[in-house]
Amino acid sequence: MYVAVKGGERAIENAHAWLAEERRGDTDVAELDIQQIREQLSLAVNRVMAEGSLHDPDLAALAIKQARGDLIEAIFLIRAYRTTLPRFGTTKPVETAEMACDRRISATFKDVPGGQVLGPTFDYTHRLLDFKLAAEGEPVTAEQRDADPAPVPHVTEFLNRESLIEEAPRDDTPPPDLTREPLELPAARALRLQALSRADEGFTLSMAYSTQRGYARNHAFVGELRVGTVPVEMEIPELGFAVEIGEITLTECETVNQFKGSRTEPPQFTRGYGLVFGHSERKAISMALVDRALRWEELGEDNSGAPAQDAEFVLYHADNIQASGFLEHIKLPHYVDFQSELELVRKMRREANAQTREAAE
Amino acid sequence: MTPLLSVQGMTRSYGNHLGCSDVSFDLYPGEVMGIVGESGSGKSTLLNCLAGHLTPDAGSVIYDTRGHGPRDTVTMSEPERRMLGRTDWAFVHQRASDGLRMGVSAGGNVGERLMAIGNRHYGDIRGHAIDWLDRVEIDAGRIDDRPVTFSGGMQQRLQIARNLVTGPRLVFMDEPTGGLDVSVQARLLDLLRGLVRDMGLSAIIVTHDLAVVRLLADRLMVMKSGRVVEHGLTDRVLDDPQHAYTQLLVSSVLQV
Amino acid sequence: MSGYNFAYLDEQTKRMIRRAILKALAIPGYQVPFASREMPMPYGWGTGGVQVSAAVLTPEDRFKVIDQGADDTTNAVSIRRFFERTAGIATTTATRDATVIQTRHRIPEEPLREGQILVYQVPIPEPLRFLEPRESETRKMHSLAEYGLMHVKLYEDISRHGHIATTYAYPVKVEERYVMDPSPIPKFDNPKLSDCAAIQLFGAGREQRIYALPPYTTVASLDFDDHPFDPSRADHPCGLCGSVETYLDEVIMDDAGGRMFVCSDTDHCETRQNAGYRGKDAG
Repeated sequence: MYVAVKGGERAIENAHAWLAEERRGDTDVAELDIQQIREQLSLAVNRVMAEGSLHDPDLAALAIKQARGDLIEAIFLIRAYRTTLPRFGTTKPVETAEMACDRRISATFKDVPGGQVLGPTFDYTHRLLDFKLAAEGEPVTAEQRDADPAPVPHVTEFLNRESLIEEAPRDDTPPPDLTREPLELPAARALRLQALSRADEGFTLSMAYSTQRGYARNHAFVGELRVGTVPVEMEIPELGFAVEIGEITLTECETVNQFKGSRTEPPQFTRGYGLVFGHSERKAISMALVDRALRWEELGEDNSGAPAQDAEFVLYHADNIQASGFLEHIKLPHYVDFQSELELVRKMRREANAQTREAAE
Repeated sequence: MTPLLSVQGMTRSYGNHLGCSDVSFDLYPGEVMGIVGESGSGKSTLLNCLAGHLTPDAGSVIYDTRGHGPRDTVTMSEPERRMLGRTDWAFVHQRASDGLRMGVSAGGNVGERLMAIGNRHYGDIRGHAIDWLDRVEIDAGRIDDRPVTFSGGMQQRLQIARNLVTGPRLVFMDEPTGGLDVSVQARLLDLLRGLVRDMGLSAIIVTHDLAVVRLLADRLMVMKSGRVVEHGLTDRVLDDPQHAYTQLLVSSVLQV
Repeated sequence: MSGYNFAYLDEQTKRMIRRAILKALAIPGYQVPFASREMPMPYGWGTGGVQVSAAVLTPEDRFKVIDQGADDTTNAVSIRRFFERTAGIATTTATRDATVIQTRHRIPEEPLREGQILVYQVPIPEPLRFLEPRESETRKMHSLAEYGLMHVKLYEDISRHGHIATTYAYPVKVEERYVMDPSPIPKFDNPKLSDCAAIQLFGAGREQRIYALPPYTTVASLDFDDHPFDPSRADHPCGLCGSVETYLDEVIMDDAGGRMFVCSDTDHCETRQNAGYRGKDAG
């Protein structure tokens, strides 16, 4: 006799328990703590903060631990948590020109005021597995020097003084908020940048790469890439002035792009912009390239039909939480729909067979 | 008589590059206007501005609508313009694949405009499709085949059927015979001439092929560098060209 | 669960969603954009339905969740537990006792009554999406009621297969204006959409859309005059309750081709069995 399947609830509980056991792994091996993840897997923490749209290294580290190192799952945990947080207000825009830079390079000028600062980068490491790390190595201490107190102005400002690059006038219109309003098209640049800043790193990278390979090529130079900390200030209504509430690490990339002029704009250099939480160079550069590609319309350029020029395509497919949720939902039962397809295929086969028989007779 | 289409000061540029500049003309019901010129002369830009595919920088396109008389289609609302585009106007693209749904059967292609204006009877739609395939000389047995299986000439005839099924009054054609073999071109031109005459269509045909306009057009405009350099009755312009560029154009091709 | 508001979402968010729902009810079948929130369950797993339910639930409500017609499928269990924990509301599996029913892919067999709300989980709210991938273009097509392309698809089905080959998520036209995706319910359920006494709300979380059918709205499944809509079902009685009027699941019994057909609506089937109805496979 057939009994309808029951016990979904028990199955779910058991699955959760097993998952927790798997997450912990072999109990003879010491358990990771949050501080270890935060300090030693800091670039993973940075990515989770950037794509989770929440700056909190401890929570990001916790999410990575809970997600067993699956970064998209960790981003998801952070996003879901973020939704529930009350919103106290909005900070003042951060001044990246006043960033305390750990790293700052320009590919367009050999030297610039403020200097080229290599900083902690993988760039010139030889990618050789360091087996010493497998053993517990001695901590390495890098040499230190006092920071140059002189300001580190944006490289694009030098071009701006000669009017060689498009103006990027200050705009105090409050930007739209992607997490509070539905994404509607056409999306202004502020909204596009917001979406790109939390977009999946892999997707953004591939889109940017496609522009370099000729799908809406925009001849980007890294005018400047800077990584460092900026103070975050907020106006407190009760006080009537802004106070510093903390400090965050950001990666900012400004590209300088060749531009021959269009029906609306004179020949000059144009800009692509990337800004991401934490130290995340690949993402910031990718973002700047994609930003520039998406600007074809406002600059009066031709639409070459490239994916990276297509704001609807890019913005609707860049979010890895939306993408992975929808992708994986096909694991859910679909047997009602499948049943109706089954009936149709059977019916069509019956009809086809009947026709074949008729033809044979 | 009210012109069906009255074009004034049509101008469109691309950056420093001029598309078309200050083009004006009237088109009367039942009239076929040819626009000739070499590639880059601005004739396609002009056609796309007239048909509402491109927004002109300046100028107006006054169309004598069935319901509300003369209206400027440049400034009319998009819903109205799109409604015109699927009822009273038709557009035949040079490449049939731009004007057809290549993944939809021939019958579906012809039926789409009927369904778009509310026909909900399958048998009736199919009947119209068979009738129109016949009129453009496509075997009715091909009704369920997709255009990808058709030859270039058949695709172009199918595109014409798809466009004419709702009985439009004005047809825009962009190099309708471009890319076809000479023998196929002749058959298509013959077909077009018959349809224009039988249905009393007005048409604007852009082409670089003087043989096409000789056969189809009542009047002719010659364009060079975005401007109209000469216009008049087709036979007059082709047999007695006044402008040096027209003379060059006429002398450089075999007389038809 | 402490630390969270009633039904998880904060009141501001609920207000935003309620506004979208009211707008949707005012324009039946029209897709209202709303600022979908990130929920603690993945997009595509009912986040739209969950947000709509969260916005309409009150502490007095009695909540039922079905997935594929059944109350005990894993995702239905998961969503029911979510609201038990975050809203502390009473739940039920009985259609007639529920005031709010969240569903994925089915409409309950038992006719709904006034005062009930049926909340659908919607994966792709746009009925034109697979004909035209661009949102900017499909919104224009809706605003201009340019639905010719939709019929081209049905035409192609008939010309190729002899009948319309869409079996679920079968498109409908609401009050002769908007073409609407009824979510992936089997077309068998389509007739229940029309003239329904309950409020029907559709939530698409990932796609950020809400749409609705107020009670007693006329909903017509798209068809041709000479090829009318046919809400077919498997030609069997239910093996457990013997019903010949319900939508059936096919269950494979063994690896020798043995199978049986049972009601997909488990509550309806059990109610009938308790009333003494028996199918041929019932013990």
